[in-house]
Amino acid sequence: MPITPLTITHYTLTNALGRGRDASLGALRNNHSGLRPCDLPDTDLETWIGRVDGLEEMTFKAGLDAFDCRNNRLAYLAMQQDDFLPVVERAKQDYGADRIGLFLGTSTSGIATTEAAYRRRTDGRLPADYVPTCTHNIFSVNSFVRRLLGLGGPNLAISTACSSSAKVFAAAHRYIETGICDAAIVGGVDSLCLTTLYGFSALDLVSAQICRPWDTERNGINIGEAAGFALLQKPRNNPSAPRLLGYGESSDAHHMSTPHPQGDGAMSAMQQALQRAGLKPGEIDYINLHGTATRSNDAAEDRAVYRLFGQQPACSSTKGFTGHTLGAAGITESLFSLLCLENGLLPGNLQTRQTDPDLQANIILQRQHKSISRVLSNSFGFGGNNCSLIFGEA
Amino acid sequence: MIKVRLHSVGILAPGLAGWRETASLLRKETAYTASGLSPLKPTTLKPNERRRTTNTIKLALEVADEALKQWPNPQQLISVFSSSEGDLEIVDQICTALSQQGRPVSPTQFHNSVHNAPAGYWSIGADSRQASTSLGGLNGCFAAGLMEASVQTAIEGKPALMVCYDLPPPKPLADFIHVRTPIAVALLLSADNTQGNALADIALRPGAGAEENRMTDDTLEALRLAAPAGRSLPLLQAVANRTTAKLSLPYLPDLGLQLEVSPC
Repeated sequence: MPITPLTITHYTLTNALGRGRDASLGALRNNHSGLRPCDLPDTDLETWIGRVDGLEEMTFKAGLDAFDCRNNRLAYLAMQQDDFLPVVERAKQDYGADRIGLFLGTSTSGIATTEAAYRRRTDGRLPADYVPTCTHNIFSVNSFVRRLLGLGGPNLAISTACSSSAKVFAAAHRYIETGICDAAIVGGVDSLCLTTLYGFSALDLVSAQICRPWDTERNGINIGEAAGFALLQKPRNNPSAPRLLGYGESSDAHHMSTPHPQGDGAMSAMQQALQRAGLKPGEIDYINLHGTATRSNDAAEDRAVYRLFGQQPACSSTKGFTGHTLGAAGITESLFSLLCLENGLLPGNLQTRQTDPDLQANIILQRQHKSISRVLSNSFGFGGNNCSLIFGEA
Repeated sequence: MIKVRLHSVGILAPGLAGWRETASLLRKETAYTASGLSPLKPTTLKPNERRRTTNTIKLALEVADEALKQWPNPQQLISVFSSSEGDLEIVDQICTALSQQGRPVSPTQFHNSVHNAPAGYWSIGADSRQASTSLGGLNGCFAAGLMEASVQTAIEGKPALMVCYDLPPPKPLADFIHVRTPIAVALLLSADNTQGNALADIALRPGAGAEENRMTDDTLEALRLAAPAGRSLPLLQAVANRTTAKLSLPYLPDLGLQLEVSPC
């Protein structure tokens, strides 16, 4: 039985391409990458990053100072774009603040605050102004956003590495289905920190060059930061908005940091998404790949996509635009998928010069303009945690 | 309200070594005796993996093992892992390494640092390819995990394993993060109310107003407050005593999780 679709009536996103929807759409249209050589203060790594400008200088929300950290700054900056705050106010009037659920994904939350506190230790003690509950903790951005938006409903913090903010759509759908809430704000926020830059480097998964998903010479990720938020409602009120048609979640049960080589877990997530959407593989027009640009990730995802879809749907990874935004990749690429649906755009697989001849999916290197009806977005994370989502036109 | 059946419980905390012992204590048949945790040796992990994992991962998997002892096919279980703090032992080691020359972050520690590391190891050990979600939620993370597992079970029609766990932080973080005792609790839930040999039926919904339930015994009340998973004790007390009870568990600052528990 297909699930009841939900409409996505409003959304906003901020990443290395800029603030708000127009910045992302313009860059996707114009093949403009937001990646740059790593210039994050206090780093000495040879790599490229997808950094959001202005976080260091911005004024944080007065009255919520305890939550001030890079991750919550990025969340706050993103929520101030595209009239998101007034739209939430209207939704609160429509539904009641306690009937709107909040579902956010993050991988590392505000761990940069703990990294900085460790650098400021005196006699082994951390500085007195360190407040991990409001910054580093996985729930920090949920506490901050719930207070900022004045919401009173359920509040879920999902942290499953790089699938975190894809799974928020599945969770929100289920909560609305059970009647625990009537509408949902879903989102994800992940920000640059030394833990991920040096951690992925220790695993030899960071590229010294700009990342090239599906390329013969791909050799790792570029790390980025991003935030995105969307309002989900039942379709009866908003017939003209794009829809969440299906979701699929699975585990690889294979390895903590390497995907199943045949992409079994990824394939299961995509199959479940198709089942819940009531669609056949041939009815998907475009796949926004997880496409991180590591050797093994792209190979495994390629196997899964090819086994299920053959060479039919056009596929591309948008990591070449934003870098891998980790816990925010799911929301970022879901919202890219909506921009693609609404604007008839298939983004190119930026930076890739020669597609790996061992990979078989139908990768489009150049962006295309054509009307599309259904998009599938993949997000896969450490721990073998997979999520696929299908979005459709109104 | 969402309705689920509770099939089994796993629990580990100082003085609470397993469900049988804990249930007897909660029925006041035995007295609480404080004692340290025995060495953690979850059977879900192969011995070589056990060496590569941390106390946090082992604690979570040990209670999962206990809850699933009688369950024939863990491969079919959805899993929900919930923890306020994640793995602070690793955070301490990584942040220490990042403050040193050359920043020698261990690759194994880094991949174990993700919040879903215990869930990842569990899915590998149990060979479960089902959906798995890892949550935070501060002191409300037991309620958040119970609600999420119940919602998934109700909607997806599959049984679910829910594990809530936290360990006290290592020294530099201990002044700032107030988890004082290692406590982990695992629940095996299903939406199938036909299957017998279960512990209790639970109906739940988030709701404001009701005061959170406390333990009347001072020692158990201290344990309830010593770690987020301790907030499960009022529920476990009703389950152990096979009583019908209306309970409120802490969830969010202005919203509780309201439960109706009945024996089955």
